[in-house]
Amino acid sequence: MKQTKTSKSLITSSIEKSLKKRHAKEFRFKLMGRMAIGFGFLMLVILIFDIASKAMPAFYQHHLKIDVEYNKEWLEIALDEQGNFAEEALNRANYRSMIRNSLYQMFPEVKGRKDKKSLLQLLSSNVEFDLRDQLLKNPALIGTKHSIWLLADGDVDSYLKSNATIGEKNGRINAKQALWVQSLSENEKIKASANYLFFTNSDSRDPELAGIKGALVGTLLTMLVTLAISFPIGLATAIYLEEFAPKNRWTDIIEININNLAAVPSIVFGLLGLAVIINLFGLPRSASLVGGIVLSLMTLPTIIIASRASIKAVPISIKEAATGLGASKMQVTLGHVVPIAMPGILTGTIIGIAQALGETAPLLMIGMVAFIVDVPSGFTDAATVMPVQIFLWADSPEQGFLAKTSAAIFVLLVVLFMITFSATLLRKKFENKVNK
Amino acid sequence: MNFSVLIVVLASMTLFSYWFGMKRAIQVSGGVSEIKNMSSLPQQFGSLTALYCGLPSLVLLIAWSLFEPELIRYLLIKTLPLEIQALSNIDIGLYLNDIYLQASNPITADTVLNVKTQAAIQLQQLQTKAAFLQTGLIISCSVFFVTLITRRFQSKFPARNRAENIIKLVFLLCSIVAVLTTIGIVMSVLMESIKFFSAVSPIDFLFGTQWSPQIAMRSDQVGSSGAFGAVPLFTGTLLITFIAMIIAAPVGLMTAIYLSQYASPKLRGIAKPMLEILAGIPTVVYGFFAALTVAPFIREMGESIGLSVASESALAAGVVMAVMIIPFVSSLSDDALNAVPKALKEGSLAIGATESESIVKVLLPAALPGIVGALLLAVSRAIGETMIVVMAAGMAANLSANPLDAVTTVTVQIVTLLTGDQEFNSPKTSAAFALALMLFISTLALNIIALKVIRKYREQYD
Repeated sequence: MKQTKTSKSLITSSIEKSLKKRHAKEFRFKLMGRMAIGFGFLMLVILIFDIASKAMPAFYQHHLKIDVEYNKEWLEIALDEQGNFAEEALNRANYRSMIRNSLYQMFPEVKGRKDKKSLLQLLSSNVEFDLRDQLLKNPALIGTKHSIWLLADGDVDSYLKSNATIGEKNGRINAKQALWVQSLSENEKIKASANYLFFTNSDSRDPELAGIKGALVGTLLTMLVTLAISFPIGLATAIYLEEFAPKNRWTDIIEININNLAAVPSIVFGLLGLAVIINLFGLPRSASLVGGIVLSLMTLPTIIIASRASIKAVPISIKEAATGLGASKMQVTLGHVVPIAMPGILTGTIIGIAQALGETAPLLMIGMVAFIVDVPSGFTDAATVMPVQIFLWADSPEQGFLAKTSAAIFVLLVVLFMITFSATLLRKKFENKVNK
Repeated sequence: MNFSVLIVVLASMTLFSYWFGMKRAIQVSGGVSEIKNMSSLPQQFGSLTALYCGLPSLVLLIAWSLFEPELIRYLLIKTLPLEIQALSNIDIGLYLNDIYLQASNPITADTVLNVKTQAAIQLQQLQTKAAFLQTGLIISCSVFFVTLITRRFQSKFPARNRAENIIKLVFLLCSIVAVLTTIGIVMSVLMESIKFFSAVSPIDFLFGTQWSPQIAMRSDQVGSSGAFGAVPLFTGTLLITFIAMIIAAPVGLMTAIYLSQYASPKLRGIAKPMLEILAGIPTVVYGFFAALTVAPFIREMGESIGLSVASESALAAGVVMAVMIIPFVSSLSDDALNAVPKALKEGSLAIGATESESIVKVLLPAALPGIVGALLLAVSRAIGETMIVVMAAGMAANLSANPLDAVTTVTVQIVTLLTGDQEFNSPKTSAAFALALMLFISTLALNIIALKVIRKYREQYD
């Protein structure tokens, strides 16, 4: 009796002693779990913060207030027979010399060819076209003098954005230009205004002029092609596999192929596009049509798997009820099962499109890596998409492009967020419907 | 007529044929009062007619659009003088580019008539002829098939069965697209790889340690070793994957464990969307982040300690790739953990084990096949990842195990070889396909092994 009592208390005491260690282990384990989640959270916050802070400078741009004189001699145009200025003359006028001379008028102390060239470089190279457009709208401006806000050059813009006070490190502008900028700012002739050019311009070599309009249109066209191809084919495959396919070897082969395709790296699809679509069929390189075909092949497995899951989730009672009333298999499927499964199918499609939106590697392979300046107007025009545009800009060393790249990423993430959010809303609505 | 106009025309013809089929069926059966004696509803007769109108013409339209450019090109070359036809492929290509450029502008009567201009006029004529032929063929094809089927309409015609069989066939053909894609991938990669392996021996490729794919254009060109040993690429890929998995596997697994076992619903409501957002971020963004923030950060940290860190270290790419993989590992492990019956863990708790002990000693071993499968799938994803490594890892093939060095991977080399400027037939470009073959085989093998592991070792609990 006594021995069992001591051995029992020995056991319980040893258990009690180890209890503290075990509880400490438990605490450490939970801590590791929390740290793991915290790590993910931290990386996400750092990423978003980093992109947002880098993107901020891209959304505003500096303009310089220049006293522009629409001098006839500088423009090198003359009145025609009727006593007004022909449109063709206005088109061909020498706006560059007008700006140049206006600038020399503003800064009369500037002498010497090199300094005069530096003075002209304060303004963006696009300014001549802006002035031409203004004059074409209102030819009566000729002979008058106005103070106009003109877009500053990218280097001046970066200089102004990077320094709190003007006069410190000059960046890419030289000391004289820094002095002129300072005198302009002292006379309140510099302002920063919202950068709409980012959304209305296409790609450009000058960072202050670069915009994402071409990339946005290209993405839209490519996504349309992807949706138009992958949605019908994916839905048809899912319906066939779930409702009509006999349980034999051929069906297994199809299912194995779909699962394999879901795991193939995206770059291999690009190679398929290059080898087959471009070389075998001769479709134009870098067209949004080819990009759409490649991306739709990538999205197919996602749509098929999601559609199959939602078709499977339709209650059998509905199918049996419809069959009981005399409907054929196809009528049951197309008329009852698919409409009920549609929210789930659409959710899967939206998620697949969101994944395809961010794909870059396969599009690089089919040649969408070129410098496209025009906005694509058709499906066979050369185009670029947002992720590829981001990739191209990320390589540029200029400071202005760093902000533009981050801003483009920001826009892309906002678009993706909206698409995924709508998919989640749809899914919630679908769940509520079924649970009722 | 161009493609979109033709599609609209075809669509409206299909709608019209639906209506026409309906009306014809009613008419043939003897009027609206006879509908109850028909073996199919008029709408089904209409659907059958619409299918007969739309499907063959759609196939014809797509096939024509795919094959017309090459055919016109071929016919145009045939009209050129013989000495131009004898030029090499590249030169003919350049010559034709000029002609196509000329043909895209209207050719006025007073342009100088040289060979190219004449060929451009010829091209314009060919294109116009082809457009007319295409339109005519498609319209007549539709009309032919519609007439074919409506002739046979009568009251007891099994229109519904026919229509449904056709739809079923269309569905079957759509399912075969997946198989065709796989075949296409295998064929294209394989054929180019065979071309490559006829120029460079497989032994050199698989076991050589020198990767500098510069093919000499001229015999005296400097720096043209043309070595295609892929081992540095394989080691680079494995190094970055290793770094990524070392971080992502524990973090992803612990995240899944904590979220499924310990977390309150509120925390789960925050953490799950966060993981979904991480999973949805495009890899370009991760690559940008890695190249412009993480890599300089690691470089500064390393140099302040005194180590020499490359500006494109494998560590930077590995860390960011880990962040990308974490949601993947986490969600797959979550599925694996949830598949284990609660009775096992609850039994362990009942005999006095703490929760962490139950998880580590009972739950994890039970879910182990699923978790191993998840990790293998994550490895396969990391191996195939392109954009992060293109932007953050280097391009110099470096046989090194030091994470602070710059290494290059298989995917980076594929991109570099195919987006640089070289002709399509050199061994340099085929090398990209040979690398893609290696990539395809290894990811496929990993996936098959992962599935087999999951299936074979999964316990049947119920």
